[in-house]
Amino acid sequence: MDNTTIKEHYITEFRKAEENMNGEASTAFHLIRKNAIAKFDELGFPTAKNEDWRFTNVSPLFKFDFKKGNTVKLNNSDIEKYLINGLNENIIVFINGIYSVELSSIKKQDNGIVIDSLKNVLNTKPELVQNYIGKFAEIDNGFTALNTAFASEGIVIIIPDNLQVKGHIHLLYITGEEGKHVISQPRNLIVTGKNCRVNIIESYHSRTNEANLVNAVSEVVVGENSFVEIYRLQQENESSFHINRTQSILAASSTYTHYSVTLGGAIVRNDTNIKLNAENCTGNLYGLYLTEGSQHVDNHTLIDHAKPRCQSNEMYKGVLNDNSRGVFNGKVFVREDAQKTNAYQSNKAILLTSTAIIDTKPQLEIYADDVKCSHGAAIGQLDNEAVFYLRSRGIDEELARKVLIRAFANDIFETIANDIFHEHLNNLVFEKLK
Amino acid sequence: MLSVKNLFVKVEDKEILKGINLEVKAGEVHAIMGPNGSGKSTLANVIAGKEGYEVTGGEVTLNGTDLLDMNPEERAREGVFLAFQYPVEIPGVSNATFLKTALNEIRKHKGQDELDALNFLKYMKEKMRVVGIDEKLINRPVNQGFSGGEKKRNEIFQLQMLQPTLAVLDETDSGLDIDALKIVSAGVNSFRSKTNAVIVVTHYQRLLNYIVPDYVHVLVNGKIVKSGGKELALELEEKGYDWISNPKGEAVAV
Ligand SMILES: Nc1ncnc2c1ncn2[C@@H]1O[C@H](COP(=O)(O)OP(=O)(O)O)[C@@H](O)[C@H]1O
Ligand SMILES: [Mg+2]
Repeated sequence: MDNTTIKEHYITEFRKAEENMNGEASTAFHLIRKNAIAKFDELGFPTAKNEDWRFTNVSPLFKFDFKKGNTVKLNNSDIEKYLINGLNENIIVFINGIYSVELSSIKKQDNGIVIDSLKNVLNTKPELVQNYIGKFAEIDNGFTALNTAFASEGIVIIIPDNLQVKGHIHLLYITGEEGKHVISQPRNLIVTGKNCRVNIIESYHSRTNEANLVNAVSEVVVGENSFVEIYRLQQENESSFHINRTQSILAASSTYTHYSVTLGGAIVRNDTNIKLNAENCTGNLYGLYLTEGSQHVDNHTLIDHAKPRCQSNEMYKGVLNDNSRGVFNGKVFVREDAQKTNAYQSNKAILLTSTAIIDTKPQLEIYADDVKCSHGAAIGQLDNEAVFYLRSRGIDEELARKVLIRAFANDIFETIANDIFHEHLNNLVFEKLK
Repeated sequence: MLSVKNLFVKVEDKEILKGINLEVKAGEVHAIMGPNGSGKSTLANVIAGKEGYEVTGGEVTLNGTDLLDMNPEERAREGVFLAFQYPVEIPGVSNATFLKTALNEIRKHKGQDELDALNFLKYMKEKMRVVGIDEKLINRPVNQGFSGGEKKRNEIFQLQMLQPTLAVLDETDSGLDIDALKIVSAGVNSFRSKTNAVIVVTHYQRLLNYIVPDYVHVLVNGKIVKSGGKELALELEEKGYDWISNPKGEAVAV
C-alpha cells in the first residue's frame, strides 16, 4: 500500500469506530480525537521530504496490513519472562494495547493516587484527563495524529501532592498474535502534584515473531519540586516497528530523568521531548541503542529551555553492528527568556563494522545571551589502544572488544541508584552484545 | 630468555629499527637508553606485539619460541609484559575486574586453576602491599583519572600481579617524583628473580640508581651504538648522548 492508500485506510477505520461509539462520540474527549483525525488527514505519514524524517524511511511499515489485536488469554507464567526479578511492586500489563486486570498487580494505594487504564478513566472520570491529553504532545506528524485519533487505551497515573511512590511502577506492553500483524497505540498520561516522587519503567515486548507496530504517545506533567524518572525499554523482535513520542513538561524546581534503551525493533523512531517550563528545573535525557542486522533506530530529542535558571543534561550512546543504522538528532532550544541556562549534550557511537551507519546532528538554537551550552559528539571505532592494552595482559581480542563495548554501553546506567534495576539493564546489554 | 637478532622495523614506510641485536638471560636486568625518538618504544612495542609496526627483517624469540608469530595475548600468556610509556585509560572497566580476567586467562594458559573471587582478593591484597597502591585505585576504572604517577604505579602493580617472565618497562620513571620513583623501583626489584628478566627503557640515568642494571645499551637512531655495564649509564649522564652519537671507532659490543 502506498502512503495515500494507507492514510485512507486509517481514516475509514476511524469512521467505522465512530459509528459504533454511541454516546461516547459526543463527549468532549472525542472532540480531541476528531481534531486529530482531521490533522492526520492533512499531514499523512511523514516522508523523507520532511526534514525531521530525512533519515528514517517509514515506507517498510506499509507493506503490512496491521490490525487491532485482541485480548489474548495469558497466565502469570506467560509474562514472567518480561518481569524484572525483585521489582514487582506495581505491575501493569497491556496485551496488544489492552489493559489486563488479571495480570496486573497494583499495590494497595489509599492515598489518592490514580493508577488505572485510560479506558476505565474515560468511562468513569474523563475529567481527570480531559485537560491534559493532547495539550503537550503537539500533533506535528502523522503518527502522533493517528495515536491521538485512536486514543482509548493506555496508562493514567495521577499522583497527588506530597506523595512519594515507593519502588517502581512497571508498565509492560506485550504485543503479538499468532498469524497477525498487530497495531497497538498506547496513550499514556502521567501527572504529578507538588513534592512527589515516582519511578516508572515502560518495557515493550513482542509475544510472537510477526512484525507488529506500536505507535505510542506519552505525556508527562511533572509538578513543582517533584522527581520523576522514566525508563523506556524497547525490546521488541527485530521485525517490529515502534514509533514513540514522549513529551514532558516541568514545573518549578522539579527534576525529570528519562532513559531510553533500545535493543529491539526493525525500525524504531523516538521523539523524546522535554520542556523546562519554570525556573530551576533539571531535565536529564539518557539514551542507549544497540543495533545489529538491519535495525534502524532514530532518536530525536528536543530540550526546550523556556524559563531561566534550568539545567539539562543529555547523553546518548549507540553501538551499531552489521548493516544497522542509527540517527541522533538532538535539539536544544534556549528561549530569549531562559537566562542562566545550563545545557550539556553528548552523543557517542561506536560503529563495529564499515557498513553500519550513523547520522547525527546536534542542533543548538540559543536566543538568550547569558547561557552555558556545550555539546560533544564522538563517532568512531573501538579504541585500538585500549584493545591492545587489554590484549597485552593476556585477554584475547574478542573478549577485549566485548569488555570495551559493554563498558561503553553500561556507562549510561552509572547514575541509576537501584542495584536490582542497574543489574537488570547490564544483563540486557550483556545478552544483546553476546 | 629473550633473543633479538638483527631486527629491522618500519613504521609507515620509515625505517625505525635498523638491525637490533640483544640477548637477555634469565636473572638479568638490561637498560636501554637513548635520546627521544631513537626507537626505544618501538622496540618495546614490537616485543609486546603492538600493531602498526612492520618487521622487515630479523627475529625475536623468547626461550626459543618465535614471538613475532604470536598475537599480543599469546605473548602475554607466554610471559611477556610491557609496562606502557602511556598507560591507556579504560572507562567502565574496573582495575580489579580487569586484572582478575587477565590473571585467569594467563593461569588457564598455564594449565592452572582459575582463582575464585576470594582467593583472587587475597592474592591482590598481598600485591597491593608490595606496591603500596591505594585501595580506591583498585576499584576505579583502569587508569581513568589517575595522575601520571598513579598510572605508572598501576603498571608495576600489574607486573606484580601477573608475574611475567620478561618485563619490558617503557619510561616507567617519567612523571614520577623521587618518592614515587623509590616505590616503583622497589616494586620492580622485588619482582626480580633468577627465573625472570627485566628490560628497563629510559632516557634518564636516575631510575638506574634504584633499579641497578647488569647491562646498559645505548640506542641511537635505531641502532645499539654502545653496550656496557652500569657505569655506562653514569658516563652518559655526564657526557650526554652527543658523545656517543658520533662514536670514534669504539667497538660496538652486544
Ligand atoms: N605510530 C607511529 N607513526 C609514525 N611514526 C612513528 C610512530 N611511532 C613511532 N614513530 C617514529 O619512530 C621514531 C621512534 O619513536 P619511538 O620508538 O617512540 O622513540 P623513543 O621511544 O626512543 O622516544 C620517532 O621518529 C617517531 O616519530
Ligand atoms: Mg618512548
